[in-house]
Amino acid sequence: MTTANTNAIERYRNNFLKEVEANVEEGHMVKMCMQCGVCAGSCPLGNAWEHSPQKIFMMIRAGKRDEVLGSDSMFMCTSCYNCMVRCPRQLPITHIMHGLANYAHRLGLAPKGQPTREFATLFWNNAIKKGRVNELKLTLGHYFRGGLVSGIKEAMAMQKIGLGLFLAKRLNPMEIFGGHGVKDLKGFHAIIAKAKEIEDRKKGFSA
Amino acid sequence: MASIATNQTILVVGGGISGMTAALEAAECGKQVILVEKAPVLGGRTARLYRYFPKMCHPTCGLEINLRRLKQNRNVRLMTMTEVTAVTGSRGNYEVTLKVSPRFVNENCTACGKCGEAVTAEIPNPWNYGLDKMKAAYLPHNMAHPQRYVIDPSIVGTPEGEKAKAACPVGAVDLAMKEESVTLQVGAVIWATGWRPYDANKIQPYGYDRFPNVITSLEFERLADPQGPTGGKILRPGDGKEAKNIAFIQCAGSRDENHLRHCSRICCMASLKQTQYVREAWGDAGKSTIYYIDIRAIDRFEDFYQMVQKDATVSFVKSKVAKIVENQENGNPVLHGVDTEGYHRYATEHDLVVLAVGMEPEITGVNLPDDIILDSSNFIEGSKDMGMFGAGAAASPLDVNRSVQSATAASLHAIQIVNKTARAEA
Repeated sequence: MTTANTNAIERYRNNFLKEVEANVEEGHMVKMCMQCGVCAGSCPLGNAWEHSPQKIFMMIRAGKRDEVLGSDSMFMCTSCYNCMVRCPRQLPITHIMHGLANYAHRLGLAPKGQPTREFATLFWNNAIKKGRVNELKLTLGHYFRGGLVSGIKEAMAMQKIGLGLFLAKRLNPMEIFGGHGVKDLKGFHAIIAKAKEIEDRKKGFSA
Repeated sequence: MASIATNQTILVVGGGISGMTAALEAAECGKQVILVEKAPVLGGRTARLYRYFPKMCHPTCGLEINLRRLKQNRNVRLMTMTEVTAVTGSRGNYEVTLKVSPRFVNENCTACGKCGEAVTAEIPNPWNYGLDKMKAAYLPHNMAHPQRYVIDPSIVGTPEGEKAKAACPVGAVDLAMKEESVTLQVGAVIWATGWRPYDANKIQPYGYDRFPNVITSLEFERLADPQGPTGGKILRPGDGKEAKNIAFIQCAGSRDENHLRHCSRICCMASLKQTQYVREAWGDAGKSTIYYIDIRAIDRFEDFYQMVQKDATVSFVKSKVAKIVENQENGNPVLHGVDTEGYHRYATEHDLVVLAVGMEPEITGVNLPDDIILDSSNFIEGSKDMGMFGAGAAASPLDVNRSVQSATAASLHAIQIVNKTARAEA
């Protein structure tokens, strides 16, 4: 269990709603939900989720901390915003779902091996390294996430698209060696470090 | 503020149940009242209901009582087909400008109906919310007061209009009537301009504009009424098939920041009432399903709700329906959503869907003075100079019972204003 998680449990005890309000983006709007169910019914991927937004909000109020933060539902959101535009109470549902995903991830409670979470982590680590997304490394990293054999299989399946991109000068094989970055890499890393420091402070993650 | 009235007359705008009540209460206290109504008849939306809750009696009964009170009272001056175009002045001394539209039928009319028989042109019937058509020379409904025919302006100046004129045995058809403007002095004004159903076309996922078998609760009232387009049979508009399995969707437009912010208060009771129309029509073969967020059987109506809950033909699903699609094969609407009691995903087919549409203030043909104060949903709170009042559904979303209470209160306010000013004069 991470220190941040232990601290959060200690601090909020049995009041998970308060914890969400304080730490999750737009979390203060969770209590505005009137359980009408329009978000759940409007979600195009609704039947693929374990918990619909409506259910998640009720679980938060019921104090079901482990179930909410361990749910894969927040990671299944494709940000279509259907729920948000239709919500009769104008809850920023999409933002809350992303906020919950982020909070669960930082506490180390988000489900292991959840594909969206894994890809997002891969993307982030890739992007902050040089200040630019290295697409070649990102896609290769994605293909080989499950080991060498499955990686080669996936890469082979996509080779036609890769060749097309190469011929259209949209993919440079030389990027595999380091790749290009932003001009002031040191400055960029300083910005990211500062932003992380501010966010940690705001969300109570600073040591 | 000048509070000396030069006139003790009370003006009541709107001749529905609230306006009639406000006018009659003041008139029966001996005040002079002018009652103006933009339609050709009194009764407003109340006259277009099939039954009232909770006693399930017919609105015609209450209408008849009020009409008798009106006929017995010489203090009320009724002006139909009249709209208020401007109000100037202040409390105790308003100058009101009225626009009187031509009826093309004068007071000689005996409502014999010969003009209606002679005319062939038809227009959409507003008394049945456009569900059917009526002749362009018409008596709006059986309880119409005044009992005088109306010639629709669309046939004036055409051979159809001349046919109506030729058919009249008492020379009542006057096609040369013109719009008039009238100016009056009054001491107080009661705005009883009523409500209108929220435009269901704006609730895109419910497809009111696309699916013929999705109708509003107001249209359902007309389907159940023997005076309505189907003669009281519950036949769905899409194909005229008997509708036995009926869904009622609550909060269609109400309690929604994207539509009407407020709870319209009456719709839950209206749907509970309408389930009993289904029972009346089909007995145990009928089936009503109410989709709701929470049932708000306001005030003392909880027992009515419990009575309906015991009815085996009525079931309740705690869920706001997310969307409706149409079954292409049989035209049945299919309701999609997730219920709150267990979070089950459903796709349920019904013969007919009734949207319990919300109430918003009527604004068509209503020119409120700048002095009027409105609440966040545009209902009338009163005027800054305290000489004008809202009554009934113009002031708040109210059922008939509460509209009558609200109108009586407004009437008392108006009487106080003109009495105060009368004392100041003496």
